[in-house]
Amino acid sequence: MDVLEIFRDGFLAMIGPVTAAYAISAISLNLQFGYTGLLNFGQVSFMLAGAYGTAITVDLGGSLWLGIVVGILTAVLLGLLLGLPTLRLRADYLAITTIAVAEVLRLVVRSSWAEPLTNGVFGIQGFASSFFDLNPFTGGATYGIGSWLVTGRRLWVMIVGWALVALVLLLTRRLIRSPWGRVLKAVREDEDAARSLGKDVFGYKLQSLMIGGAIGGLSGILLAVEQQNVTPDAYLPNVTFILYVIVILGGAGTIVGPLLGALAFQFLFFTFDAVMASSQANIGVVGDILSPAQAGQLKMVLVGVGLMVLMIYRPQGLLGDPNEVTLDAR
Amino acid sequence: MPDERTDRLSGVAAVPGVSKPDSVLAIDSLRRSFGGLDAVNVDHLEIQRHTVTSLIGPNGAGKTTLFNVLSGFDKPDEGKWHLNGGALIGISAHLVARRGMVRTFQLTRSLARLTVIENLLVANQNNPGETLGGALVGRWQGAEDEAKGRARVLLDRFELVHMADEFAGSLSGGQRKLLEVARALMVDPEVIMLDEPMAGVNPVLTQSLLGHITGLRDEGKTVIFIEHDMDVVQEISDWVVVLAQGEVIAEGPPREIARNAAVIDAYLGSQHGEAAS
Repeated sequence: MDVLEIFRDGFLAMIGPVTAAYAISAISLNLQFGYTGLLNFGQVSFMLAGAYGTAITVDLGGSLWLGIVVGILTAVLLGLLLGLPTLRLRADYLAITTIAVAEVLRLVVRSSWAEPLTNGVFGIQGFASSFFDLNPFTGGATYGIGSWLVTGRRLWVMIVGWALVALVLLLTRRLIRSPWGRVLKAVREDEDAARSLGKDVFGYKLQSLMIGGAIGGLSGILLAVEQQNVTPDAYLPNVTFILYVIVILGGAGTIVGPLLGALAFQFLFFTFDAVMASSQANIGVVGDILSPAQAGQLKMVLVGVGLMVLMIYRPQGLLGDPNEVTLDAR
Repeated sequence: MPDERTDRLSGVAAVPGVSKPDSVLAIDSLRRSFGGLDAVNVDHLEIQRHTVTSLIGPNGAGKTTLFNVLSGFDKPDEGKWHLNGGALIGISAHLVARRGMVRTFQLTRSLARLTVIENLLVANQNNPGETLGGALVGRWQGAEDEAKGRARVLLDRFELVHMADEFAGSLSGGQRKLLEVARALMVDPEVIMLDEPMAGVNPVLTQSLLGHITGLRDEGKTVIFIEHDMDVVQEISDWVVVLAQGEVIAEGPPREIARNAAVIDAYLGSQHGEAAS
């Protein structure tokens, strides 16, 4: 077992396109949950809307670029439909509705009824070729130094993915630091107080949900393009909860927190993965006790312990202000 | 001068529902019931412009419910009310505030994880950066700087300027009361409704808050406030409205209200009994 090798595997996984997609989705959730106080428990449904909007458009003969626009608009529309009936009610109603809608959407695209469009459980593949046609690197070749290598295909998605992360971060930073962002925070702190000061709370919550939806849709598109694949069962509710872990780990209500959270989470996840796989294979005692499958399960336990330790010592997240946690809510 | 103000109300008879020479807020047959109980049932009530009008009454008299209805936070079963002649029924709370009538809350609602000055800046109206488009591409720095200037002046006046960059959640209870009043003023309302602004505030701070309230009136604002302490009411009110079981049972200048037998018997009995003994 080589420590450097394990670190390398963790690091290369951490900087991969999946982390970029998770970071974007976490930034979107942070806008809704961290800044506006919206309990969106169906973040994965925005990713599904974006991914399926894109894949179906291409499948029906549209270009990928049109598909991306359709995907983002689908996610925005989903935000509007989720928000209109729920955002005038207490916070819990949005939570219940979003978690239910996310599952319903997944089951609908999975159903045989929707098969003509979505191809049911098999999903849609190979819709992102025009994206890879633009790849300036040789897809099959590897790039890097020594044994720290990535394929040309992966490198291309990584560059685009992290550029999108930077773009989305700049966009949310501009929004959050504006008076508009300040109103969002006021809504998070106390809706009635914001209302008494002349702020249209419903309108701000709806805007936050829809912009968050657009960004969430974008992250879903990035993931789908990277894998050239959409299947319904990639959009299980646990994706939403991993995103919550990322947001809270990085520091909810901070601008860079979700990015840091995504990096930290993915690093922890893949490092423990490499540690467990390598110990199981190479250390006799461990190999005797654990089967490869059990080693994988133990990895999740270790990830959980790692997250708990982080939360015990930094309850405000990696970037949060420790003073905020100790504040009296009212 | 205070005398000029009271003069304008001096010819007004102290009977419930009397009309005032220059009313800013007029309420007509307003009723809000919870189940079988009429929490508010006001036939007619006018509030004189540029005065401090106190709203008193025992617990459960409907004072806060009246505030909630007037400010758009609650809907009445029937009735109407006008601010400067404009009907306010069916108008949502944030639009009532924009029309120039701002309320505070009995339990303070500070925006805890915003700084003190941000609490005030949120209350600023018509900042172009508060719309989504404005935030993305607009120029709002000018409006923001102007608002910061106004906020500093208000914070200075309420002796909170040294706390400007602290989280509002770190303020003491009394300071939060001050912050809430300052924040309401930042909206630049014509009518300000204060729901027990002195509750839980120490005597020294109470005195300075009272000074602020009379100061507001002298600046040309209309103050309606709910208060339980009769000494405070006597000291600063130009007019007192007594509410009981949702109805206006008496209104008039503070001295006359203090002499009103019905009011003394039913609502101020214990306090005045103590004072007399």
